[in-house]
Amino acid sequence: MDIFTEFLGHLALGFQTAVSVQNLTYCFIGVFVGTLVGVLPGIGPLAAIAMLLPATFNLPPVGALIMLAGIYYGTQYGGSTTAILVNLPGESASVVTCIDGYQMAKSGRAGPALAIAAIGSFFAGTVGTILIAVAGPPLAEMALKFGAPEYFSLMCMGLIASAVLASGSMLKAIAMIFLGLLFGIIGTDVNSGMSRFTFGMSGMADGLSFVVVAMGLFGFAEILANLEKGQDKASRELLTKKIAHLYPTWNDLKLSAGPILRGTAIGAFFGTLPGAGPTISAFSSYAMEKKMAKHPEEFGKGAIQGVAGPESANNAAAQCAFIPTLTLGIPGSGTMALMLGALTIQGIAPGPQVMTQRPDLFWGLIASMWIGNAFLVILNLPLIGLWVKLLQVPYRMLFPAILVFMGIGVYSVNNLDLDIYMTVFFGLMGYIFVKVKCEPAPLILAFVLGPLMEENLRRALLISRGDPTVFFTRPISATFLIATILLLIFMIMPNIRKKRDEAYQEPPGA
Amino acid sequence: MKIKNEEDFWAGIMFVGFGLLAIYMATDYPFGTTSRMGPGYFPTWLGIIMSLLGGALVLQGLRVDGAKLGKWAFKPMILMSLGFIIFGWSLDHLGFVIATAALVILGAASGTEFKLKEVLIMTVVLIIGSWALFIYGLELPYPLFWWR
Repeated sequence: MDIFTEFLGHLALGFQTAVSVQNLTYCFIGVFVGTLVGVLPGIGPLAAIAMLLPATFNLPPVGALIMLAGIYYGTQYGGSTTAILVNLPGESASVVTCIDGYQMAKSGRAGPALAIAAIGSFFAGTVGTILIAVAGPPLAEMALKFGAPEYFSLMCMGLIASAVLASGSMLKAIAMIFLGLLFGIIGTDVNSGMSRFTFGMSGMADGLSFVVVAMGLFGFAEILANLEKGQDKASRELLTKKIAHLYPTWNDLKLSAGPILRGTAIGAFFGTLPGAGPTISAFSSYAMEKKMAKHPEEFGKGAIQGVAGPESANNAAAQCAFIPTLTLGIPGSGTMALMLGALTIQGIAPGPQVMTQRPDLFWGLIASMWIGNAFLVILNLPLIGLWVKLLQVPYRMLFPAILVFMGIGVYSVNNLDLDIYMTVFFGLMGYIFVKVKCEPAPLILAFVLGPLMEENLRRALLISRGDPTVFFTRPISATFLIATILLLIFMIMPNIRKKRDEAYQEPPGA
Repeated sequence: MKIKNEEDFWAGIMFVGFGLLAIYMATDYPFGTTSRMGPGYFPTWLGIIMSLLGGALVLQGLRVDGAKLGKWAFKPMILMSLGFIIFGWSLDHLGFVIATAALVILGAASGTEFKLKEVLIMTVVLIIGSWALFIYGLELPYPLFWWR
């Protein structure tokens, strides 16, 4: 069988799995609920998935993953809708969409802005899906040959990448990685059976639950930060103007084609790289379009390219983030870590073997991603009116509801009150992080990788009898480490540092 | 000495604090050798590196001018935390209804505006809504009241 028919066979299997009434329903519910939550300001994909995770416990594995994946791009897309309509990014990846999207909406072109965001996202999602299907099998095959040193070096690269690409001070981001690794190894050490950093509490013997940390840092802390700003009075300039026409003009489409293509490429690149993600993709795409435009002065005043590029980029990245997650079993971001957590809860060990052992699950998920993206386009454009209504609910009525969902979401994972108390701890920590400008994204990734990293470091050095050169004498491992070092050197170089800061400098909510 | 950049300075102090705590606590766990690591090996090194990074941040905060921390949202910090803690404790002891009510009311009270009538309606709606979704729909096994 040649590669092409094999590829078609995989896709056929995928669509067979995904196109059952049951799975289509899960996909639809996921996308719908995801968009709903994404439209609400202050809840990003991570908190949304953590909150809705318990709802999937009773589903069959394929259905659960399909629904979670749907929630994931639903929130991504919902975030853009708020960015365009109310100038409030629903999550960090849509910060740049605010700039030109909102300006377009102000001048009565909300419809085309939303439509182009949907079209760009759909195109990027389609390309992403094909990429996963093409790149997945060879990558998984390669990953099967990975030993402990390779895994350790790969994780180093992912973590450093997440620090380099985070906004703000690099020093802080790297320190956050170490803090995350420390939080990650709390609990019983698998090798010695010893309890570490549990403060004598039996509820912590299994380690901190990911949902607790994510909910604290991204849910609880966000609400505190919003309340500090007094969000109700702040920039909720809802556009009450009727959205006149939805369809972009021929000229809009012509202007957007290039940005969509380039955005997709940028997103696919950053998405596949563990540690990077939708946010940096969107920022880079915006910076690039501004450079390439014939009339860069239009950016910030409602240039459609400024919506098309970043929106395609963040969706491509969101999609391609599944590549390392599914093939290597190494999550590229906090959200992906939750997806892996969901797999584990369903009794499936994540890793390269999933593809061969559960091909229906793997290919079904991929097919459902494409279907989910299609749902987004079909669903969102007619439902914009509903989202606008939802946005009119004042924040003071919204956040108590969010608190209840968070509380039940956290409690239902282990039915343990300690988890709730720990959420408060991480919530307050997260608020401190906001105050001292430490971005929590690298921490959460490190938290997930902590135990894996220790285990692989330990195993690698056991096999090499304590000789640390093992990481450099094995070619694949050496490649990852050299890439890591290059990343660090690049960032220290003043020129590139300035570029990175510039990319993040586009005023959020300007 | 004057703190020139409060953000960097206090972030640094935080990392040094966590780092030293980790090193101190890890002294209870056998360190082992590089080829046979004990449970104390990895956390000790993490603590050391993190403290060094934190120290660098503290120095930077003393030398380079920068931002101040600004005011803290103490009221929501206290009320929301309290709401959550009561929720966690009473879910098992007093039942779902009281736990949810406490969380909604304390949560709403931490906001800038508190309208009693609105909050009471919201409480009732949220209790019924989340009961329908989570306990009736998803069959989560929580007692509604303390008598089960």
